Amino acid sequence: MLQTENLGKVYPTGDKALKDVSVEISGQEVVAMIGPSGAGKSTFVRCINRLTEPTSGKVLLDDRELTTLGTDELRNARRDIGMVFQEYNLVERLTVMENVLSGRLGYVSNWAAFRRKFPPEDVQRAYDLLDLVGLDGMENKRVDELSGGQRQRVGIARAVVQEPKIILADEPTSSLDPETSSDVMRLLTDIAVDRNIPVLINIHEVHLAEEYSDRILGLHDGKLVFDGPTADLTGDAKDVIYKGEEIPDTTSVQTGTEVDPTTDGSSDPIAVRE
Amino acid sequence: MASATQTWTRHEGRDRAMRIGFVVVAALTVIGSWIWLAETSNMSLQYVSTAPVQLADLFGRMYPPDWAYLPNVVGPLAETIRIAVIGTIAAVAMAAPVAYITAENTTPNKATYLLGKLIVTVSRSVHVIIWALLFVIMFGPGALAGTVATAVRSVGFLGKLLGEEIEEIDFGQVEGIRATGASPAKLLLYGIVPQIKPALVGISVYRWDINVRAATILGFVGAGGIGVQLFEAIDSFAWRTVSAILIAILGVVLISEGISAYARQKVR
Repeated sequence: MLQTENLGKVYPTGDKALKDVSVEISGQEVVAMIGPSGAGKSTFVRCINRLTEPTSGKVLLDDRELTTLGTDELRNARRDIGMVFQEYNLVERLTVMENVLSGRLGYVSNWAAFRRKFPPEDVQRAYDLLDLVGLDGMENKRVDELSGGQRQRVGIARAVVQEPKIILADEPTSSLDPETSSDVMRLLTDIAVDRNIPVLINIHEVHLAEEYSDRILGLHDGKLVFDGPTADLTGDAKDVIYKGEEIPDTTSVQTGTEVDPTTDGSSDPIAVRE
Repeated sequence: MASATQTWTRHEGRDRAMRIGFVVVAALTVIGSWIWLAETSNMSLQYVSTAPVQLADLFGRMYPPDWAYLPNVVGPLAETIRIAVIGTIAAVAMAAPVAYITAENTTPNKATYLLGKLIVTVSRSVHVIIWALLFVIMFGPGALAGTVATAVRSVGFLGKLLGEEIEEIDFGQVEGIRATGASPAKLLLYGIVPQIKPALVGISVYRWDINVRAATILGFVGAGGIGVQLFEAIDSFAWRTVSAILIAILGVVLISEGISAYARQKVR
């Protein structure tokens, strides 16, 4: 179970990307987070595993607080959170199998990692997952030979092989064509049921969210303005999320500003240091 | 309004004047320094007229090359290649951490960054022959001094270029690995090394290629290799031996260039 309590993020530039977002995600629900560009969707997802450091509030995974963990503990906690990225973020020059197995890096020694020596059960799991995502027989292909849809499947396999407690997907369909997008969404929803874990998908295609998710979170200008079952997402609710109309408990609504989470300069400045 | 057709020029007004100014300044610098050198130093053209005769004379004394001497250069040539190979391998090993701390996106802090830049600058700003002079004093004459000089000179080159390569990597790939809970060492192994691997091989082999050529003259200061024989032959005006050695060096350099080109196209 994932809980966030009053999660907030203020970028060094002063942009308040996220304001007091409190949600609870559990079971095997597929939760879609929607909202206009710059509403803070990516920031929210990245604050959960602290790829972006939140500036206020708490994140709890199975009642364990993540926001206060030191670097080693944080790494251990990240093993329980699978993440799927918009641009796949696979290592282009490695093979499909190496990329999938990199999901197990948190469990092997440096030397074993260097020799690509993973436990047999991890390798078996990786094969099973490649089967599941429809990439059987592709294990020795280099990722840069794959199409976008195939890459995203590798990305999903990498996240699932971690045996995570939750999967976060940050705009997993934005780089894909409509048909492949549907395939990827179906895959993610299947995984939620099969593995009995919740999946949080941050997405800007509302129709995909409506078609595949059980529950919708609406973010507008960093605030959670909608949280309910997909069936409750009415036209009025969409106006609230996308146009910022009649938000119940606030007085003024600023226009959403474009915030790129990857340009988070000061809190997470160096690629490999933590 | 004025004319119906619009005109467009790439540079106009001030910009154009500036560009013409630069050309004039460059031309004046070349001509001025030539005149200055001719006035103050020995750079005169009085020997130019006799140069073809001298060249023909030298070639006459070099021809035919002393092929019988060639068996004597096999050992020194092998030593030359060894100096280049071991020097380059040692340099790559030392340059890896230097590259890591020289790259802005991986260096742990400002101090390590400056240290990296310092190592690169010191290593690069001193010519390999001068390093060799230094190490001949430290280790005595021979291939060891040459090897160390080669390694020390190459560290800066490799560290700088590999560091720039690390700065160019796709951060997303590193982040993908980081999200799985991998430690910094594994981020390096899976996120960074695969991305710079072609450059690592290409730059190392290229440096080896340079080092083979550089090692042929290390013998001039007693740091081993074929240069010892070459220097002796020149000193004793044994021009036919010199030409044989030069042809042997040319052969080795061509082969090393071939290997270098092959390795670079092989790794992608």
